[in-house]
Amino acid sequence: MKRNFLSRYSQLLVPLVAVLLIVVFNLIRDPGFFSIEVTQNNTGNTVLSGNLISILNGASELAVLAMGMTLVTAACGGQDISVGALAAIAGSVFVKVLKSGGEITGLSILLAFLACCAVAVIFGAFNGTLVAVFRIQPMIATLVLYTCGRSVAYWINGGATPTLTSPLITALGGFIPGIPVPTPILLVIVTGILFALTFRFTSLGIYTQSVGVNQRAARLNGINTVGIKLLTFMILGACCAISGVMAVSRLSLINHETILLEIEMDAILAVAIGGNALGGGKFRMSGSIIGAYAIQALTTTLYAMKVPSTAIKAYKALVIILIVVIGSPVVKQAFGRLTARWRAGKGGVQA
Amino acid sequence: MSRDKRIREPMSDTHLLMTITICIFFCMYFLAMAVWGGGFLRWQQVFDMLNNNAALIIVACSLTIVMIGGGIDISVGGVIALVAMSCVVHLNQGGSIFTAALLSLGIGLAFGLVQGYLVAYLEIQPFIITLAGMFFARGMTTIVSLEPQKVAHEGFKTLMNTKVEIPWLGYTAKNGNLIPARMEIGVVVALLIVVLVYFMLRKTRMGRNFYALGGNSQSALMLGINIRRTRMITHLLSSILAGIAGFVFLMHTGAGNATNAAGAEMNAIASSIIGGTLLSGGVGNVIGTFFGVMTLTTIKSIVTVSGLRDPWWQSITTGAMLCFFILLQSVVLSRRSRGKNRKNQREAVK
Repeated sequence: MKRNFLSRYSQLLVPLVAVLLIVVFNLIRDPGFFSIEVTQNNTGNTVLSGNLISILNGASELAVLAMGMTLVTAACGGQDISVGALAAIAGSVFVKVLKSGGEITGLSILLAFLACCAVAVIFGAFNGTLVAVFRIQPMIATLVLYTCGRSVAYWINGGATPTLTSPLITALGGFIPGIPVPTPILLVIVTGILFALTFRFTSLGIYTQSVGVNQRAARLNGINTVGIKLLTFMILGACCAISGVMAVSRLSLINHETILLEIEMDAILAVAIGGNALGGGKFRMSGSIIGAYAIQALTTTLYAMKVPSTAIKAYKALVIILIVVIGSPVVKQAFGRLTARWRAGKGGVQA
Repeated sequence: MSRDKRIREPMSDTHLLMTITICIFFCMYFLAMAVWGGGFLRWQQVFDMLNNNAALIIVACSLTIVMIGGGIDISVGGVIALVAMSCVVHLNQGGSIFTAALLSLGIGLAFGLVQGYLVAYLEIQPFIITLAGMFFARGMTTIVSLEPQKVAHEGFKTLMNTKVEIPWLGYTAKNGNLIPARMEIGVVVALLIVVLVYFMLRKTRMGRNFYALGGNSQSALMLGINIRRTRMITHLLSSILAGIAGFVFLMHTGAGNATNAAGAEMNAIASSIIGGTLLSGGVGNVIGTFFGVMTLTTIKSIVTVSGLRDPWWQSITTGAMLCFFILLQSVVLSRRSRGKNRKNQREAVK
């Protein structure tokens, strides 16, 4: 029974160990690191604040992208490196629609969101077509959008970096009055629930997995492999739209060059730390989400240690290497051999 | 007899893709000469393109090596920035050019050893390891110096300004003086590296092993190739070349900056792909890569000349060009493999 549980969740071992290491390290360094306080923010709302909240809040965009990236990785055996650029495009469309529509109301925000979702899904379908129909490796196919995406975003806004001024936008990127939890966290939860419901009530998860494990076998079993790959890219497009809107409303402006810069790398990293094979096949979305929060926790910890923001990358790289070395097949095998020997030795004594 | 056979043998994928790229490059360049004339008619335009892209040519070669071996290395841009910054600081603290060159090789070697070991012997995905390498190199660059640094070393400045002059490719200016074509030392280094890597890949056992490894690592193992060592060597070579590229980069710009060579890795990957290297491994050619760099650069200068002055057009056209090449390659290769299958079937029926 216990063995069964362990083998079922063994994939989550690496991300959980990573999070645990970061948490323990922080608790030793500063026991009050994870304390949550209830404070008033400058608009008079009662809000929660503290490092834990800022980690959960800061990782929102990354978590949403990691969810979509997991699906693409599982189905296509490659990664989409254009998510940052696509999120910039989506954000630009969002701002463009809101700017052209006069006063910002709840309805106009919804319409703008739908518009940017549609655009992002179309771009996702473009990537997906290159990958699924023309059989180009995902990284190469998405290199096209990676190269020109941010320029397209710049073009959409006509060479300006417009700002949005509305309490509704600040609420979307910060706190809704009366709710003490930051809105991005709520959006992540909603997205997560949507994915969970999709996996519960449709066969998307198992289809994606089978396309990734063996494409020929999947096709012979009647799965539309091209359609599934296309669908995963379109879902990732929608995820890009969500995180683009989050990032735009957080700052109330769009800067095509800096918005979600290099987030594609972090998203792929989250998928890898989550124990998912980058070569496709079996996947566990919860692993990627935990991976995303682990990355953000690491960044927040480094900030709290007064590491200069420009040098953070170097320390981050060292921790990443440590985590992937622990999770590498060779180290895992050596560890497995050790435990097997230990078990055999114990069994021998009992006999 | 053997000569006839060679003629009838179909072109390999590597050569086919390379030939397409070279043809398109020349078509494009001649078109530019015919439509816009001016600078494009002078040899100096070609040498300017080389001068500005010497470092890119070198890292594109390193990407080609790694991609032929079936891996990927995205740390090269970071290594360039780190090497350039470290060399500036070293030179300004009174170091000599020789030790600076050694330093750049040493940094490349260190990155290559660590990344190669982790990828080859611990079997971690190369993307993740070299991504960490990129983060580390970029972070270290800012730790070495946050402020942009300019080279103050006199010897290095003369080295920077030393140019190879080729009088017979020059042009006559309006006042009747002959202006020779000028080429920087870095370009000589880059071209030398292209030639060396070409012979290494085609003529040496190690180079052939790279193709075998990238084509099918299982078969390579069956053939008795030490695939772990070979994979490590691809990463080692790549990082050492990136170190050299950093030095060449510094010889061109003369300053170290934390954002140096931003996006160089993706440009290098794009050039390799345009030149006919496949990310899936086993197919590629460094001459094609060289023309890939030149094609990308020509597109950019055509966009500038043609009056699309808005800042976004350059990368949008580059993206469109990349898309065109990728689609072309995909279609060409799939048609070819379909043709081969049909031929095999016909022979089987006979």
